Amino acid sequence: MENILTIDSVCKNYGDFTALNNVSISVPKGSVFGLLGPNGAGKTSLIRIINQITLPDSGKVILDGEDLNPHHIKNIGYLPEERGLYKSMKVGEQAMYLAQLKGLSHSEAKKRLKYWFEKFEISDWWNKKIQELSKGMAQKVQFIVTVMHNPKLLIFDEPFSGFDPINANLIKDEILQLRDEGATIIFSTHRMESVEELCDHIALINKSNKILDGKLNDIKQQFKTNQFEVGLSCNNCESLLKEINAKFITKSIKSIAFNENIRLLVSLKNDETSNDLIQFLNNKAQITHFTEVIPSANDIFLKAVSNN
Amino acid sequence: MNKLKLIVKREFFAKVKNKSFIILTILSPLLMVGLMLLIVFLNKQNSQEIKSIAYVDESVLLTSVFTDSENMKFVNLTDLGISEAKNITKDNYEGLVYIPKSESLNSLSEGVEYFSVDAPSINLLNQIEYRLEKGIRDLKIAELQVDVDKIKGADTKVFIISENFSGEKSSKMGSVLRMLVGGAFGYLIFMFIIIYGTSVMRSVIEEKTSRIIEVIISSVKPFQLMLGKILGNALAGILQFVIWAISLLLLWSVITFVFGQEPASSSAAIGSLNPEMAQHVEGSSISDIQTILAEISNLPLFTMIFSFIFYFLGGYLIYSSIYAAIGAAVDSETDTQQFMMPVLMPLIIAIYVGFSVIENPHGPIAIGFSLFPLTSPIVMLMRIPFGVPWWQIIVSMFLLIVTFLAIVWFAAKIYRVGILMYGKKPSYKELYKWLKY
Repeated sequence: MENILTIDSVCKNYGDFTALNNVSISVPKGSVFGLLGPNGAGKTSLIRIINQITLPDSGKVILDGEDLNPHHIKNIGYLPEERGLYKSMKVGEQAMYLAQLKGLSHSEAKKRLKYWFEKFEISDWWNKKIQELSKGMAQKVQFIVTVMHNPKLLIFDEPFSGFDPINANLIKDEILQLRDEGATIIFSTHRMESVEELCDHIALINKSNKILDGKLNDIKQQFKTNQFEVGLSCNNCESLLKEINAKFITKSIKSIAFNENIRLLVSLKNDETSNDLIQFLNNKAQITHFTEVIPSANDIFLKAVSNN
Repeated sequence: MNKLKLIVKREFFAKVKNKSFIILTILSPLLMVGLMLLIVFLNKQNSQEIKSIAYVDESVLLTSVFTDSENMKFVNLTDLGISEAKNITKDNYEGLVYIPKSESLNSLSEGVEYFSVDAPSINLLNQIEYRLEKGIRDLKIAELQVDVDKIKGADTKVFIISENFSGEKSSKMGSVLRMLVGGAFGYLIFMFIIIYGTSVMRSVIEEKTSRIIEVIISSVKPFQLMLGKILGNALAGILQFVIWAISLLLLWSVITFVFGQEPASSSAAIGSLNPEMAQHVEGSSISDIQTILAEISNLPLFTMIFSFIFYFLGGYLIYSSIYAAIGAAVDSETDTQQFMMPVLMPLIIAIYVGFSVIENPHGPIAIGFSLFPLTSPIVMLMRIPFGVPWWQIIVSMFLLIVTFLAIVWFAAKIYRVGILMYGKKPSYKELYKWLKY
């Protein structure tokens, strides 16, 4: 797949502090790319470099086949984690100003803003000042300002913070729609459930280094531990359990479905497969449940960071 | 370039649409006009008042001195005796002049007293003293048996009309006016730099605390934003100055019209001044205003307005970039104190030096401080009404521009780093480190 953004061996130091150490990341076109990492890992530094707010000390950033340059500003939309707008400026005026700074002409900016304001049903806010709006309302305006110039690359830093569930859902749908229309989205967050839900690729940064990246599914494959969750319906359960424990490493699970007697987490050795386990169980009890345990993004995050 | 224009436009309108700007801009000239008219009116009222003053002349020699004048009437109470005269004066007259009996003309001046309920004005005493001195002098001359008229004929009044080599005349009144105008211009620049510098700083802090800064600098370079902010505020300042200048010009023409001054040469105006009156009668009379008006038209007005705009821009650009850097370095206005003092210092020194400079506009201190770029905007402007050699103006302007470029470079570096730094207040050492990021 073609990459819209390639970050090649980027380093950034602030005095003695290393914010990014030789970080390389590729973001495929049309993906929702999760940029993950604990606080202070260097995510914001990387995002600022992509936005040309700061320059890398060394390394290269390539956007859509070209070295990053000032013309790319209009191709990037950025919603920073710390958001804000001019408090005493009118919503419309402000949005027009920011749109024009992104390189839209006056008439084009007006047209696009009209579209978005109508889409979000906030047209009557045009002449209100930001300080008259609630935080959630201001966030909507901020979202529009980020996406209105139809950028190829969108960078959202914690986009759902400050939204109620209804509006968070609205924003999520918008993000997915933008992706379907061809935009690539870099998505930086701590909320792993939204990573699970939205991202198809991720990169994990910890202590200035990239420690993991790739397709989310591949990473999950990589992180799975050959563990299976098994539900059994049996007559002589106690002896069966002994038998299983003798052969496999198990862990019992409390939550049992109504039609079963035992639920177990079974860890297989590297040379054993799920078929071996099924075969072993097949004659002894009725299998009511059988799934491979796939690590969640959260598990991967915790594991990768603690291993690092 | 286009983006810079957008930023300048936004900053300009953000400033100009502000209510306090509108009020200050419109109200200030009105207030000034009102104040001036009030002063003129009060002065007129004051000088129209006729004071009646009683006198007791026990020497009987000086009665001829007490002749009524435009604003003074004299009543002779010598016959009542001093104690009775005092009683009557208390309720009926402004004051009482008492001249005791005297053996000789020499001792006549001793023991003259003035009694009044309220302390008399210096002006009034001066006038009475002048009358007495003149009377005694005439008596002494008479005693010497010299013809008083002949002596008077020997008296000469010299009134120096100073003129520069290109033929422009000036007068003492002109010098006072130059001091006033120079002082006012210097002070105006001082105020403008502080007001608009602080306004730039506030605007930087606002962007930082409202966190819009990151959105903006993902669209434009921090330097563009800083420059746009500084220029936008400068335009607002110039607009304010132009509005004030136009209203003062209007005011001037109204005053000229009211007092019926034709755009006459200054010599005519000086001629209309009675030198004796000028020396002894203080206060604003119509002829004074005419002289002032004539002197105003004598000032190098074009040079002054041009240099005001140049030095305002130069000084303002230097200081406002420092202000912008300070705004970027801190999180809130309360944190700015430790950085403000070193910035205000040269400005305050400039004002103090400036006010001594207008006493001696061509001395070495005056020249030095009007070349030094951190004080030149104020000090040079105070000197300009007195006429400054071209080479000094050019050197001072050149230094100002060079300093401006250097300071903007430094300020931009601190600004670039500072706007994205939150949390603790930086020390000078950290600011120095930022220069190298």
